[in-house]
Amino acid sequence: MTDVATTVSRLAKEEGGRLVALLAHRFGDLDLADDSVQDALVEALGWSVIPDQPVAWLHTVARNRAVDRIRRTAARSRRETDAARQQAVLDGPVLNGSGEEEPRMIVEHSDVGDEHLRLVLLCCHPALDRDAQVALTLRLVGGLSTAEIAAAFLTSEATLAQRIVRAKRKIRDARIPLTIPAQLAERVDAVLRVLYLIFNEGYLSRGGADGPRGELVEDAIRLTIQLRELLPHDAEVGGLLALELYTRARADSRFEGGELVLLEEQDRTRWDLELIEQANGVLAEAMTRGQPGPFQLQAVIAQLHANARTAADTDWPAIASAYGVLEAMTGSPVVALNRAVAVGMADGPRAGLVLLDAVTGLERYHLYWAVRGELLLRAGDRDAALPALLQARELAENPAEQRHLDKRIARIRS
Amino acid sequence: MRYTILLHYPELMAQGELDQAAIERGQAAFNRYASDLDAAGVLLSAEVLQPSTATTTVRAVDGDFRIQDGPFADTKEKLGGIFVIEASDLDAALGWAKQAPSVEWGPVEVRPSGIHFENGAWTT
Repeated sequence: MTDVATTVSRLAKEEGGRLVALLAHRFGDLDLADDSVQDALVEALGWSVIPDQPVAWLHTVARNRAVDRIRRTAARSRRETDAARQQAVLDGPVLNGSGEEEPRMIVEHSDVGDEHLRLVLLCCHPALDRDAQVALTLRLVGGLSTAEIAAAFLTSEATLAQRIVRAKRKIRDARIPLTIPAQLAERVDAVLRVLYLIFNEGYLSRGGADGPRGELVEDAIRLTIQLRELLPHDAEVGGLLALELYTRARADSRFEGGELVLLEEQDRTRWDLELIEQANGVLAEAMTRGQPGPFQLQAVIAQLHANARTAADTDWPAIASAYGVLEAMTGSPVVALNRAVAVGMADGPRAGLVLLDAVTGLERYHLYWAVRGELLLRAGDRDAALPALLQARELAENPAEQRHLDKRIARIRS
Repeated sequence: MRYTILLHYPELMAQGELDQAAIERGQAAFNRYASDLDAAGVLLSAEVLQPSTATTTVRAVDGDFRIQDGPFADTKEKLGGIFVIEASDLDAALGWAKQAPSVEWGPVEVRPSGIHFENGAWTT
């Protein structure tokens, strides 16, 4: 990529969401805002020199393109329809009150906080299905191209484009509003879930090499940082950011030569201490707010792992008790499974197995069987461990995990 | 914008599974709901339907009409009532949908109206 192309791509990702938000708010038309920002980004690719204030430049051009599009639509409708319809277009809400006034220049991010938050909330509106929320958030807030999102989610560009078109149509037809809702907390939860899903999609697919899927990790972190700027007083946003940073800090040591490396066997000197420090600060700040929540608890658990110099230093009793609180809060069987692992480390494999016996609903989840197998193995019951690990192997879909289980099974059999 | 709120719920009343007191509580709740919508100035029309056993379905089959007893779809939850309201946006309409008394018994669908017939003409 040329310097200009790199800069434009960076601007799209870091500033695209704010620009779309600002124009959508101003013109009351999400599609128009998106198209106009795309127009401006395409024009920016023709820069011979990068302007002093590139964001202000993009904003001005996008705004002008939006006005051009409105004029074209109005002209077309003048030709095609009767006078009454024509008047409605000219006087309608699209141009209402925004036709002449000189728009403010955006240079500072804080100038557009409110509009930006409205856009994020809109993209994650519960009236849209989860796939549409993810695609819209990455496209409109995250500034990713349709091709980039399609590559990251292993789907075709046509499918992805269709998904976005349908979501935008629903927003328009059902009139999903661009507002800050009265029940903000509930809607912020939906945003956090979308961001965490994007993060995990990238994290779990990372196989050492950084493809477009791995990039999702950075996209999710960037979007979470932006959300934290918009909602500085929401402790759970901080919790999610800390969780992502701790996880990211260990991501590179999770694979070696394409092979999965378990947490206790990872080379901890490869963990990113700077990110861990950053996460410690974010989490400490979030926890002063006295609003406990599942993301902060998961971050606390990640912190206990991240701050243990060696696997043997891990404070398993503290982790087990954090999982206990998290399980009570969420009722999630996956959390119960993790708690059984932690208790198995803190109080011995038999104690872990007792908890595991109470976990239901995970019979098709490979990690349930892998945990059972490992706990039985540590309890000295090889005969019972083998079928559990074989079951795990049968259910595992990730090739790296399959290879890891094959090795475990081979070792028991030898 | 006009939204139609479609209430779906099991027809316990028709099946004689509700006592008189429960029926009266339900009627009072619907009465309150309609009055609230009306007082807020958003209610355009409201219909609570008779049980689906009173439904007759018309179908055009091979250039002829087929008249059949019963509703179109055989599901546990039947369409039981319709409220047409005027709301500023989907969030406002969802706010009203959450207050429908039948939401305790079955799903409530919120659908934006396309066009409607008023004063002798279709209007948007």
